[in-house]
Amino acid sequence: MLRALLSDDLPRSRLLAAILLAILIGLAGGPFLFEGSVAFRTMSMICIFIIVVASYDMLIGYTAVVSFAHMMFFGLGAYSMAILLRELGPTWPAAAAGLLVGQALSLLLALLLGLLSLRVRAIFFALVTLAVAYSFLQLLTQFYHFTGGEDGVRVRTPAELGPAFRLAESPWQGFNLFGFIGKVLSGEPVDEAWEQSFFTVRLTGRLLMYYLLFGSSLLLFLLMLRMMNSPFGRILQAIRENEFRVEALGYRTVLYRTASVVFAACFTAFAGALFALSTRYVNPETTVSFDLMVFVLLMTVIGGMGTLYGAVIGASLFLIAENYLQDLLRLLSGWAEGLPLLAALFHPSHWLLWFGLLFVASVYFFPQGVVGQLRLWAARRHRRRAAGAYRQAMDGSN
Amino acid sequence: MTAPNQDIQPKRNLAARLLQGLQRLQQRQPHYFLLLLITLVPLLFIRPDIWLMLTISGAAMGLLIFIMASGMTLTFGLMSVLNLGHGAFIAVGAYLGAAVLAFFGGKAAAASLVANLGAIVPALLAALLVAGALGLVFERLIIRPVYDSHPKQILVTVGGAIIIEQLIQVIWGASPLPVIRPQGLAGAIVIGDMTIERFRLLAVVLGLAIYWVMLRVIHHTKVGILIRAGVESTEMVEVLGYRIRLLFMAVFVVGSALAAFGGVLWGMYQELITAQIGAQLMVLVIVVIIIGGLGSVTGCFFASICVGLLNLYVGYLIPPLAGVAAVGLLVAVLMWRPQGLIPVIRV
Repeated sequence: MLRALLSDDLPRSRLLAAILLAILIGLAGGPFLFEGSVAFRTMSMICIFIIVVASYDMLIGYTAVVSFAHMMFFGLGAYSMAILLRELGPTWPAAAAGLLVGQALSLLLALLLGLLSLRVRAIFFALVTLAVAYSFLQLLTQFYHFTGGEDGVRVRTPAELGPAFRLAESPWQGFNLFGFIGKVLSGEPVDEAWEQSFFTVRLTGRLLMYYLLFGSSLLLFLLMLRMMNSPFGRILQAIRENEFRVEALGYRTVLYRTASVVFAACFTAFAGALFALSTRYVNPETTVSFDLMVFVLLMTVIGGMGTLYGAVIGASLFLIAENYLQDLLRLLSGWAEGLPLLAALFHPSHWLLWFGLLFVASVYFFPQGVVGQLRLWAARRHRRRAAGAYRQAMDGSN
Repeated sequence: MTAPNQDIQPKRNLAARLLQGLQRLQQRQPHYFLLLLITLVPLLFIRPDIWLMLTISGAAMGLLIFIMASGMTLTFGLMSVLNLGHGAFIAVGAYLGAAVLAFFGGKAAAASLVANLGAIVPALLAALLVAGALGLVFERLIIRPVYDSHPKQILVTVGGAIIIEQLIQVIWGASPLPVIRPQGLAGAIVIGDMTIERFRLLAVVLGLAIYWVMLRVIHHTKVGILIRAGVESTEMVEVLGYRIRLLFMAVFVVGSALAAFGGVLWGMYQELITAQIGAQLMVLVIVVIIIGGLGSVTGCFFASICVGLLNLYVGYLIPPLAGVAAVGLLVAVLMWRPQGLIPVIRV
């Protein structure tokens, strides 16, 4: 059952499986395990970015096609949803139309981009997409009558997804797990901490929205896992390893590459549409900026290219660290107060510098990312244990 | 063939001959054809005196782009190294130039051009030297370990660009930095109805000079022969006993220095710079080197001028589209000639 769900692509490392399970439980229990709006927003973003990063990994990790237009498709999905909801009113049919239009536009644009630049050389694709994504951003800000320009578009979601909608009148109880553990560790009596850790969760449309995100994220992730472990996915991986050989075997590599680009674009446009519904506000900075593209690149690389599990780990790690690292830097710059240069380097606003260093280092030293490293350790331990058992058996027989 | 046809009708009408000539130009000299197309078509929509003004300004902008882009096309042609951190060197140059100009503020503010040179020359030299040294470090630390794989190069050089951009912000702060434009270059020359900014003339002169020197070096020196041979076939040059890595390093350093040189000029041209300037110009640089054909200096030169011109014409005719004109041109050229104007490396 589990094997079929995961398309026979198991984590292959106990630690990795444990981490993935923790993330799954954390996200599934989400609003009932973590208190506060920051945690809620972070969890929503993790659900969305798992789709974005996993679909990007299909491109960069499985097919070795580097695209800089991934967030352009995300923006396309988000803006289609936002603009159609604005024009047609906040109804479910309008939302469906927004989703479909976003998908259709992404499909068309990805097909054009792929056929235009992939037939020359895969490397062209990175450059052309960079230029095209830039011009998309320019168009978004220039045609502000339609897109809202820098100010963006406020999204009016269907009422069922808004905070005013009540699923049930009586609120449920949530349990602040991390708060509880923290209190117990800091020496508070267990029963008192237990009492204090309960909080009320109001069953509003926002909760419904969150579970819509979570469900879509889970389903799409499993779908992508299925795709990448199908014959189609194998060919993509073969193209990554040796394009010439795949071509010699009779596959049209250009078509497979283009298909990979199109699928990735549609998945991320879907995530964009969900983003618009969830944050109820889209602007260029939060959907298509170049910085965001680099963040997605970082998430993919740090999590591990070529494994979809890397997307889960990368997105979760990055989005949590985005808040956490700045706190750490604030602490460090407090210590380094006397040394001006060091204090400047550790200034919280320069957290991207440290991420850049981490990024370069991880490409050199952990090219397989967190997931690859965990699997490597597991494989090593497995081998050692097998060797040990073999020796023991030999000793026994002597 | 059309030859016998011509014998029968020796005096065909002028339009047909012109069309035929254009067709031949399009096939044999695509770079001249594109330049002709881009300069002449807007003439139908723009008044001639304004057109001339725009053309000179566009050429100036194009030449600035050429100075910044030439290094990247050569590094790609020579070692097939794709350096997406190239834009960061432009930003480094712009900031260094701004700092040095501010340091020699008195000389820059003086009215005479000769006194201004006392500020401009040190600014350009500082940018050349520091960016060259930085290029050496960058090549060693960032690029050398990933010579063999393109995707890794893209990742690592993007990472390097982030680091350099952030370091610029650590040193100079995140808010936009004003650049002093030396007094002698501030004004404009008025010829009849036209006003031409002096700075643009300087850009034209410097850009042409650099192009000329580059062509001389590439076509008439030993190093140039090695570069051309290396672009054609890296292995063959190695077999003949030359250390192509060393050559590549030299080209990389010069390319980075030129990017910074262009950055100083760009900073003076814009008069206000941010650390993101590198990422923005990177897009133009990429467009230019793809249009020109990766590895080709001549192609890069023509593509730069075309992009510069198109930018200004479109900016004058349809302002909202100015930002995307270059990318539109890129798409059009890719449909027409997927390898770029002058394909050098077989791709």
